[in-house]
Amino acid sequence: MKECIVALSVTLALLGASFAFGQHEKPAAPNSKANALVYAELAKAPDKARAKRNPMENDPDAVAAGQNLFERHCAECHGNAGYGTEKAPSLRAEDVQSAAPGAIFWILTNGVVRRGMPVWSKLPEPQRWQLVSFIKSLGVVPKTPEKKPD
Amino acid sequence: MTLRVRLPFSASCLLAALACFPHFGRAQESPYIVTYDHYLEEPGNLEVEYFSTFGTQRGGNNFHAFWTELEYGATAWWTTELYLDGQTTFQESTIFTGLRFENRIRPLKHEHFVNPILYVEYERKNGADKILKEVEGHDVESDFLVPNAAARKDHINELEFKLILSSTVKGWNFAENIIASKNLSNQPWEFGYALGASRPLALKASAKRCSFCRENFVAGVEMYGGLGDRYSFGLNNTSHYVAPVVAWNLPSGWTLRLSPSFGLNDNSHAFLLRWGVSREITGFGSAMNRLFRGRS
Repeated sequence: MKECIVALSVTLALLGASFAFGQHEKPAAPNSKANALVYAELAKAPDKARAKRNPMENDPDAVAAGQNLFERHCAECHGNAGYGTEKAPSLRAEDVQSAAPGAIFWILTNGVVRRGMPVWSKLPEPQRWQLVSFIKSLGVVPKTPEKKPD
Repeated sequence: MTLRVRLPFSASCLLAALACFPHFGRAQESPYIVTYDHYLEEPGNLEVEYFSTFGTQRGGNNFHAFWTELEYGATAWWTTELYLDGQTTFQESTIFTGLRFENRIRPLKHEHFVNPILYVEYERKNGADKILKEVEGHDVESDFLVPNAAARKDHINELEFKLILSSTVKGWNFAENIIASKNLSNQPWEFGYALGASRPLALKASAKRCSFCRENFVAGVEMYGGLGDRYSFGLNNTSHYVAPVVAWNLPSGWTLRLSPSFGLNDNSHAFLLRWGVSREITGFGSAMNRLFRGRS
């Protein structure tokens, strides 16, 4: 029994260390240099990816479906309305809204893993395009963090 | 046969954890129970999972093994996980069988056709462990015939390494796990494998939130077994299973999994029925941060 308690304590200590490490890696504070670095990833999309057209652009349900997906998977970090939070930058910034749909799709597929944005290729391609449709529908507003996520 | 049903210790942990944190995420979980794909936990999120395996045992008592997983996304490239295992062997006893601490690391920045993940696990368990989370070496059905009272006295410290290779093509996920494990008490290296393929029933999302939409269901199949040890590598004298799998990702945040497994040779349990329930708690890391650092 004593051995079990020791092993459990060591494991919990290691878990605690991982929490601390994880939180130490701050992704993108609002309006910071870090945001600029995340937005800069959009420019790294290869030309072939950038040139892709959104196959959902004429689908009348794409924005609504994309909103559902956004609330499920993205709102936790980017905020329910996409204004960004302490965890992740605004999606209503000029950098995002002026980006080619293919570049946003590329970011969704590949993530920005070293800056906290996970890979979302586990969502099937049509769902990622639905997300692009929703993100593009948000429009441009100044980069301000959501004070109170609704 | 009298079946004694007890609330497992791990189920209590699950309920306690879920009661403490009200912020739930709605993840898109894979249906695999044994195989790992290359998708890690989202950073700062904690996924609480409970799994059960009912197994038939020739020449002995059937069993119900169960485990709880606490899976935390430390970063977008590192997931860490704690397992607590237990089992009930019918007409014998219910016992705690050990714990596992695992880490999965994504070495590459971008998505590729084949995506590798490195997996390292430390296991401290006893000989009565029956969760069958993987098959290694020459694991066979008759290993489980040892009564709990004797098997629990055998303590095992083991390191396990996996190379996880996973691809997603046109909605299909294909995952291959190559397993190498080392019992730290001077035992030879043992090897195993797990393969999986799965696909959501629909690739487009519905415009309305719904529980029974086809995109909420992911179905597939996995196959796993042993590959012997360093002295006798191969598919012989070990067990192999094939298992259809299905996951139901509910909009409320719960994921339910079901998988009947069938033994492919006489060394395998004839039938295993596995099921699991999980829920993701978003912002767990931030909550811990506030708790220990006193700021938001």
